[in-house]
Amino acid sequence: MSIQSEQAEFPHRSREAADAPRAEQAAAWKKTSMRRLRAYAPVVVLFALCVLIAFANPNFIETRNLIRIANAAAVPLTLAMGTTFIILMGSIDLSAEGAVAIAATTVVLLAANDSNANGFGWWAVLAAVCASGVMGFLSGNIQTGLRIPSFMATLGMWFIGLGVSTYLLGGSAIRLMDPALRGLALTRFLELPLSVWIALAALALAIFIQYFTRLGLHIMAIGGGEDLAELSGVNPRLVRVAAFTIAGFFYGVAGVLAAAQLGQSNSVIGDGRLFAAVTAVVVGGTALTGGEGGVVNTLVGVLIVTVLGNGMVLLGVSPYVQQTVQGLMIIAAVALSLDRLRLKIVK
Amino acid sequence: MLAARSISKSFSGVQALHNVSVAIGANEVVGLIGENGAGKSTLMRILSGTQAPDSGVLTLDGAPLRLRSARDAARHGVGMVFQEQSLLLNLSVAQNIYLGQEAEFTRLGVVNWRAMRKAALRQLGKIGVDIDVAARTADLTFAARQMVELAKALTLEDSTDRPLTILLDEPTSVLARADIDILFARVRSLKARASFVFVSHRLDEVLEVSDRVYVMKDGQVVGEYGAEKVTAPQLHQIMVGRGLHSGYYKEAQQASPRAPVLLQAKALGVSGAFRNVDLAIREGEVVGIAGVVGSGREELTRALGGFLPQTSGSLKINGDIVRLTSPEQAVKLGIGMVPRERRTEGLVMFLSIASNITLANLDAAMAHGMIDHRRERAIAEQWLARLRIKAPNVDVACRKLSGGNQQKVVLARWMTAGSRILILDHPTRGLDVGAKEEVYELVRELSAQGVAILLLSDTLEETIGLSHRVLAMRDGEITANFDAAAGQKPAQVDVLRAMV
Repeated sequence: MSIQSEQAEFPHRSREAADAPRAEQAAAWKKTSMRRLRAYAPVVVLFALCVLIAFANPNFIETRNLIRIANAAAVPLTLAMGTTFIILMGSIDLSAEGAVAIAATTVVLLAANDSNANGFGWWAVLAAVCASGVMGFLSGNIQTGLRIPSFMATLGMWFIGLGVSTYLLGGSAIRLMDPALRGLALTRFLELPLSVWIALAALALAIFIQYFTRLGLHIMAIGGGEDLAELSGVNPRLVRVAAFTIAGFFYGVAGVLAAAQLGQSNSVIGDGRLFAAVTAVVVGGTALTGGEGGVVNTLVGVLIVTVLGNGMVLLGVSPYVQQTVQGLMIIAAVALSLDRLRLKIVK
Repeated sequence: MLAARSISKSFSGVQALHNVSVAIGANEVVGLIGENGAGKSTLMRILSGTQAPDSGVLTLDGAPLRLRSARDAARHGVGMVFQEQSLLLNLSVAQNIYLGQEAEFTRLGVVNWRAMRKAALRQLGKIGVDIDVAARTADLTFAARQMVELAKALTLEDSTDRPLTILLDEPTSVLARADIDILFARVRSLKARASFVFVSHRLDEVLEVSDRVYVMKDGQVVGEYGAEKVTAPQLHQIMVGRGLHSGYYKEAQQASPRAPVLLQAKALGVSGAFRNVDLAIREGEVVGIAGVVGSGREELTRALGGFLPQTSGSLKINGDIVRLTSPEQAVKLGIGMVPRERRTEGLVMFLSIASNITLANLDAAMAHGMIDHRRERAIAEQWLARLRIKAPNVDVACRKLSGGNQQKVVLARWMTAGSRILILDHPTRGLDVGAKEEVYELVRELSAQGVAILLLSDTLEETIGLSHRVLAMRDGEITANFDAAAGQKPAQVDVLRAMV
C-alpha cells in the first residue's frame, strides 16, 4: 500500500468527515447564541439598574434628574467615542486626560478669558480640537514609528499633555469669559444643554465612522488580527495613526465641553476622566482584545456608568464607596464579557 | 507566466533557499513538494511578496518583478491562500473577501455594504459554493472558510487584467477528505481562469491535482516532473533522498518490551468520556490506541497527562497507586506528553531550543539556586547531536525550526525531564514523510531504552506499524486488544472492525 493513500482506504475517515461538520455547526450555533446573549447583557444591566434605582428613589426618573444624567454623560460619552476606536484595535489609550487638559487650556487661553486679551471665539474651539488631534496623531506615530506599545506611548502623551497645559496655565485656573462658548453648557435646546447635543453629534459621527467607512472596517480588521489584515492589503500604520488622530479629535471636543461646563481650565480638569472613559467602553462590552464591540456598546456603557454614579448620589452613598463600586464594576464587566475559558493565558 | 530565477534566501545563518528557479505556466497547476524545512514555505512567501529574496529575481512574462508586499503581489495577479487561515473571524464573509480592496465600493470613504455583499455573492458563485455573505466568519466551518479564502484570492481577477496565479499553501492539511475533493474540483474548474501553485506534503494529493511537480530538498529544487509520469513512491524517494523501503516503520528495530509494568490502569474512567479502561504499558512497550473521534481515546490521553481528573477506577504508576490532578504532578511522576498542537501546546515558540529542552526539568540546569546557562546549553547541545536536530545552535528560538525538528525538541525535553512514560498524541501530524521517518526511528530508540509509550496517531497504518500492542476504542470503551509484535502485525480491517 502506498504510504500516502491511507485516507482514501479507511471508512472511519469518511465517518469523521461526515460527523465533523455537523458537530462543528452545532458548536458554531451555540457560540452564536452565547454571543447574542453577551451582546445584550449591557442593555439588560442598564435597564435593571434604572429599575432598581427608580424603586429605591423615585426622584431618579424625574425629568430634572434625567437631564442631569444626560448632562453628566456628555463629556464621558464624547471621550469614550475616541477610546472605543483604540480599544477596538486591541490597543489602549491612556492619553485622554492629557488631551482633555490640552484642549481645555487651549480654548480657554485663546477665547476671551481672565488672563490675557485674546478673543478668538470659535477659532479657539477649532484650535483646541486640532491641538488634541495633533496629540493623537503623535501617539499614533510614536506607536507605529518607534514601535512602542500603545500603553507606553499614550502614558507618555498623558503626562506631556498634563505638563504642557499646566505650564500654559501657569499653575492656576483661568476662567473662560466668552459667553458663546459658555453657552455650550448653559444654553438649552429642547430642555437639554447644547453640550448634550454635541455629545450626541459625536456619537453619530462615531457610529458613521465605525459602521459606514473603510477606516471603521480596517480598525475592526486590525483588532481581529493585525498580521492577517496586513496580508490582505490593509496598511496598519495608516489605520493606527488615523484612529489615534480621530480619538484625539474626540478628546478635544470633550475638553472644550469640559471647559465650557466648568467655566475654566485648571490643572485637574482631566482628573478621573480616563477611568470613566475606559470603564464605559469595557462595561459596554467592547473586548479589550480588540475586534469585538463598538461605539453603540460604549453608549450603553457610558449610561451604565453615569446612571450608577447618579443613583449612588441619590441614595446617599459615600463618594469613597462610589469609587470602590466603580472599580469593582470594571473588573466584573471584563470578567463577564470575555470568553475567558478560551483565553488560556492571561497577561 | 510567473517565474522565480536563482532565488536564494537565508535566515539567521540557515540557508532556506539556494539558487531556486521555478516557473508557473498559464492555466497550470504546479505542485510543490518537499520535506519540512525544504524551503517550500519560504519560496511561497517570496512569490507572494511577503518576503524579499536575498538574491535572484522574480519575473512576470519575462519582465523582472519586484514585490514589496502582499498588496503589491495582488496588483500583479498573485494571490495566496495561507496554511493557517488568514480570514478575520470577527468580520463578515463579504468584508473578508474584499478586505483591503474596498476601493471599488467606497465613495468618499463611505462603504456601500450592499454592493460589497452582492459582489461577494458573485465571487462565491464563481466557485459554486453557497455561503451567507453576511455571516460572521467565526460561525463558518473550517471547510467553508477555506472556500471563502479561495473566493477572496479570486477577487484579484477584478482588480488586474493579468492572468492570476494563486498560491495554495498546504490547503488540505486541515480538511476532511470530502472537503478536499470539493477543493480539488474547484481548482480543476478554475484552471481555465488561473494558474495554481499547490503545496502539500501528501504526495498523492499533489499528484492528483497537479500538472507538473517540483521537488524541493534542503532549499534546492532537485527535480521537476510531469504529474502523469511519476508515482508517489518515486517522488518520495527523490524528496527524502533515502527511498521508500518496506521497513518504513522500522519494524526490524522493534525491541521486545521488558517485564516491569510502568503504567497500569484498572477500570479507569472519566464520566462522559470513557469508562472501564484496563491498560498496562510495560517498559519499552509501545501501545497504540485506535479509535474514531468520540471514541474517548483523546480524553484517555488527557487523563493520563493529568489534564482531566479521573472519576472512577484506579491508576498505578511504577507500581504506586496515584490520582492525577495536574499536569505538573504527571510530569513529576515521569509522564511526558507530546501534544498534537506543537505550536500552541508543545513548545514555547519564542524561547530558545536550550530553554525549551530544560523547561520540564530546570533542576538539571541549576547550580547554586540559579540557572546555569552554560550547563543548560551543554544539555541542549548533547540532544541536538543525539536527535539530529537541525539548527545553527541551541540559542535559536523554536519558532524558527521546521516541524520535525520542533517535535524532536519536545522529545528532548521529556528525556531531560527523565520521563519514563511518554504520551505521543499524533506525533507526526503536519510532518512530511522524511520527518515522520525520523520520528519513527526515535520512537524505536526510546522504546529500546525502556521508555513506555502510549501512541495516538492519524493513521491506522502508523498505529499498527509502530506499536507492540494495539487497543481499539469505541464509544468510550476498549473493544479489542491486538498483539502487534514485529512480523505479526494485525490486519487493518480487523482493528477497524473493532473501532466502528
